[in-house]
Amino acid sequence: MALKIVKGSIDRMFDKNLQDLVRGIRNHKEDEAKYISTCIDEIKQELKQDNIAVKANAVCKLTYLQMLGYDVSWAAFNIVEVMSSSKFTYKRIGYLAASQCFHESTDVIMLTTNQIRKDLSSPNQYDTGVALTGLSCFVTPDLARDLANDIMTLVSHGDCVKRKRCSVLIMYKVFLKYPESLRPAFPRLKEKLEDPDPGVQSAAVNVICELARRNPKNYLSLAPLFFKLMTSSTNNWVLIKIIKLFGALTPLEPRLGKKLIEPLTNLIHSTSAMSLLYECVNTVIAGQYCSSVGSVVLCVQKLRILIEDSDQNLKYLGLLAMSKILKTHPKSVQSHKDLILQCLDDKDESIRLRALDLLYGMVSKKNLMEIVKKLMLHVDKAEGTTYRDELLTKIIDICSQSNYQYITNFEWSVSQPVTPHPPGISVSWWTIRVFAVAQMATLLDNAHLLTGSMQRNGICEVLYAAAWICGEFSEHLENPLQTLEAMLRPKVATLPGHIQAVYVQNAAKLFATVLKSQEGNTDSTTAQETSQLMIDRLPLFVQSANLEVQERASCILQLVKYIQKLQQKDVEVAEEVIALFAGELNPVAPKAQKKVPVPEGLDLDAWINEPPSESESEDEQPKAIFAKEEPKHSRPRHTEVDEKELARRREARKQEQANNPFYIKASPSSQKVYQDAPGVEHIPVVQIDLSVPLKVPGLPMSDQYVKLEEERRQKERAEKKKKEKKKRKEKRSGRGKKHDSGPESEEDITPAHMVDIVTEEMPENALPSDDDDKDPNDPHKILSLHFFGPFQVVVSVIFENKCDSFLKSMEFNVLDSLNSKLQRPEGSGPHDGLTVPFQLPPGVSNEARFVFTVQSIVMPQKLKGTLTFIVKDSSTHEKLDFKLHFTCTSYLITTPCYSDAFAKLLESGDLKGSSVRLEGVNMPFHHLLARICFHHHFSVVERIDSCASMYSRSIQGHHVCLLVKTSGQTVSIDAKCDEPTLLGNVLDEIKQTFSQC
Amino acid sequence: MIKAILIFNNHGKPRLIRFYQYFAEDMQQQIIRETFHLVSKRDDNVCNFLEGGSLIGGSDYKLIYRHYATLYFVFCVDSSESELGILDLIQVFVETLDKCFENVCELDLIFHMDKVHYILQEVVMGGMVLETNMNEIVAQVEVQNRMEKSESLVGSVAKNGHVTFPT
Repeated sequence: MALKIVKGSIDRMFDKNLQDLVRGIRNHKEDEAKYISTCIDEIKQELKQDNIAVKANAVCKLTYLQMLGYDVSWAAFNIVEVMSSSKFTYKRIGYLAASQCFHESTDVIMLTTNQIRKDLSSPNQYDTGVALTGLSCFVTPDLARDLANDIMTLVSHGDCVKRKRCSVLIMYKVFLKYPESLRPAFPRLKEKLEDPDPGVQSAAVNVICELARRNPKNYLSLAPLFFKLMTSSTNNWVLIKIIKLFGALTPLEPRLGKKLIEPLTNLIHSTSAMSLLYECVNTVIAGQYCSSVGSVVLCVQKLRILIEDSDQNLKYLGLLAMSKILKTHPKSVQSHKDLILQCLDDKDESIRLRALDLLYGMVSKKNLMEIVKKLMLHVDKAEGTTYRDELLTKIIDICSQSNYQYITNFEWSVSQPVTPHPPGISVSWWTIRVFAVAQMATLLDNAHLLTGSMQRNGICEVLYAAAWICGEFSEHLENPLQTLEAMLRPKVATLPGHIQAVYVQNAAKLFATVLKSQEGNTDSTTAQETSQLMIDRLPLFVQSANLEVQERASCILQLVKYIQKLQQKDVEVAEEVIALFAGELNPVAPKAQKKVPVPEGLDLDAWINEPPSESESEDEQPKAIFAKEEPKHSRPRHTEVDEKELARRREARKQEQANNPFYIKASPSSQKVYQDAPGVEHIPVVQIDLSVPLKVPGLPMSDQYVKLEEERRQKERAEKKKKEKKKRKEKRSGRGKKHDSGPESEEDITPAHMVDIVTEEMPENALPSDDDDKDPNDPHKILSLHFFGPFQVVVSVIFENKCDSFLKSMEFNVLDSLNSKLQRPEGSGPHDGLTVPFQLPPGVSNEARFVFTVQSIVMPQKLKGTLTFIVKDSSTHEKLDFKLHFTCTSYLITTPCYSDAFAKLLESGDLKGSSVRLEGVNMPFHHLLARICFHHHFSVVERIDSCASMYSRSIQGHHVCLLVKTSGQTVSIDAKCDEPTLLGNVLDEIKQTFSQC
Repeated sequence: MIKAILIFNNHGKPRLIRFYQYFAEDMQQQIIRETFHLVSKRDDNVCNFLEGGSLIGGSDYKLIYRHYATLYFVFCVDSSESELGILDLIQVFVETLDKCFENVCELDLIFHMDKVHYILQEVVMGGMVLETNMNEIVAQVEVQNRMEKSESLVGSVAKNGHVTFPT
């Protein structure tokens, strides 16, 4: 009883506690602000008291008011007072308030340093915990600097797990505010990655992940450690963090990506936690530039499962990740079109928006109409304006993507009410003009619907195009008079000015057409009525505020008035009027200007007159138009630069890797990865490469080598001159991607004759210009260019003068085939040779490079060529014939592939099979495999006894899979590839390799 | 990193706010309003992720939320956090509240904002996840509550002059 009384008096002493305050506020809903201001006054009184309990209670209430949006920073000093209470209860209140309202410019914060230090070293771990929690929210650079050491002490000597965990976490905040502390603290932090307590470990992972996100490069060195953690940890939180970190690291280090695929795919297969699965997939996607197609296929399959799930969250994330894959592997995503279209019907707007994003990348010529039709249905159904706007934007984006490359049926396109119709389409596609004009006329007729129901900015732009089309191609109109009438309706005046201007101008064109059609008609009333219509309606536009409209309208009005006068005198005017707009506008290819040959003696760059003064040059608008045109002779030779640049970069990178002690794995070849796998370690891939003699007769192109050699000898005998070409081919794909994953040894024996296949990066040729494709009148259009081709192949030829005479004026020429062409300088004919840019003294060799364009890589090519030269002593012209052999093998790139990815690939059913049998092969199986690897650029996926699966990839991304079996002297190769022609040729080449040994 | 944790009710009244980077009070209120505006118009059967808020952290900013009866629990995070992981964390947090308050309801949060903060402090520290195991969290909270109780006991003993035991 006594206690109760005392407690009561204490309670009364605290006028109101937090609960009372809350209750009070709830009871004063009408005058909440007023009530709170009285409460604040009370709090101020309480804070003036000496009793720490009263103060703490007041601070606690302030924390609540802070949440409601009241600035309580005026009580900062009192908060510090409460923080320094020796009682945990009050200390906790103080630190909570501080963490809610202290920030860097709170000046009393500097008073807290010593108090915090005391709390950090307090024997009571909860005091420390409370201090650390508070500090994590309001740490300033000064606090970080002053307390860094104390925190480090806690990290390394903390006896209690909780304290350790908190102090590890807070290190991140300290690093942020006081970066100098990072270097000395890092070793300790790294140590904590292997702390026995999973909580401390997880905290360290957390901190390092945050650090690495800001600067991933510096943390590559920790990758092996993280790799170990990833394979050993069972804590999903830790795993997720590590996997996310790897996602940030892989783009910097492709080898890491390769190494990760296996553990990641294992996790993908084994984990039941969706969050973990999703992050694994995400990281595989992040490293997809170097990961195999198989793993991407696996990811897409897993994502499909997510998207099909009834959980909206999984669905959303699945689509999100899918859009990342879409950027690099559009094909794998496209096969799930059905599913994504289904998501458009989802009730969740976020999901629909995600699905829309994906659609953009999935459109092809085949499915465009279907997709847009579906989207149009959605536009009709859409309720929210944001979503409808998004839909319309997407439809327009989808249609106009890459300059209408996917639109095959323009008739369909012009019948869609929302697609934009730049007049350009109708100009280019004269075949559909008639149709377009009819459509546009209907559109103009119903313009009031369009403007009435949708006052959206973009939508009336279509009228601009429609009016122009109807005017320009008015001869195709069925009823020009009706259209003319529609264009002169008073409502037109509500349209934007630039559209009105087009209306007026094109009304005149229509007028001319009407006059023309009425010519010869004995009854001239229609013609006169039309003139009257013009005269009646045009004044409306003459009054327009828009200058352009006004000017055009008054011009035309006067013209029509004059015509009317002539009509009344029965003068035939139609011819003259139509002459105003004579001349059909034909499509002009964008490159046409460039292709007009410059007449001899005309120097476009030379000044015709003296250069005008500065002020005048501003008015020289027309000049600017021509200045934009690129002089055609200045087309840069990018390939060579690229080639050199590539080599330089590769060299630099190797150097960097060699010097970088943190470099993950100095594996000399990608094959090394496989040596870890059971069953294949005894395949001495690397060593074998070295043992293969340079001029082994089994080389695929040896036949031509032999022929060349024979030819050479004949010449030699006849003329006592020799030249030799050693050849071997080596290919490398361009695109700036470095494929130095091939065995080092292969590079060491870099052959005399190199074929570099460089997918072009030149702006002119990079993508076959759509406009070229579209313009049927363009005489310069050669062939319809495929999406991938043509490729540029750089051939390095080594010329060696083996005779005793000086050779000069060498000319290299090749007879082009349809598929492969030697690139010659602009202006030279298709049979002209190329001058070799050097002379050869006796016994000297030198290298020249020639660029070829190759349309298709699925077939091997043999090009006949000749080399002409002058022997200096005798001044005689000599000739040497040779053949260049582009094998299909030379377009294959050694690409590693994991067995599960390989299996997926085979299961996918996209590949077509073929097989070949080799008889009488007398060599150990691993030699045989090594030979295929070396000569034909395959890698071994898996080997079991006398059976092995192998994989390679063409520079165009064709997969080539082999299953090699041996029994006795017979070798059977079952092969699969998505391009049967390529496969057949590769198999033939393999067969040839072995028939010659 | 978790940038902020907001709990508000179906009318947008804040029940707990915890920012891990500094915003002035009026800005905090604006963020709460905007966040409420974003999440409140979403049906319960749609996904729990939201992009498009602009106030915290610019473009690298996502809202992950759960809606329980009358309360929204919203975590504002950047891309270093796993979406599904945070969803699980919210669940853990709410289950912990449920355990600590015995069938938690909005009123518990209204009257014991400080206690909710103390529980949250055991889950997230300075924007980083500290503990995800509910039993661990509850154990930590209970130890500290006991300490608080014993301190108040000592206090009343000192004031009263008698040794008493809690009933």
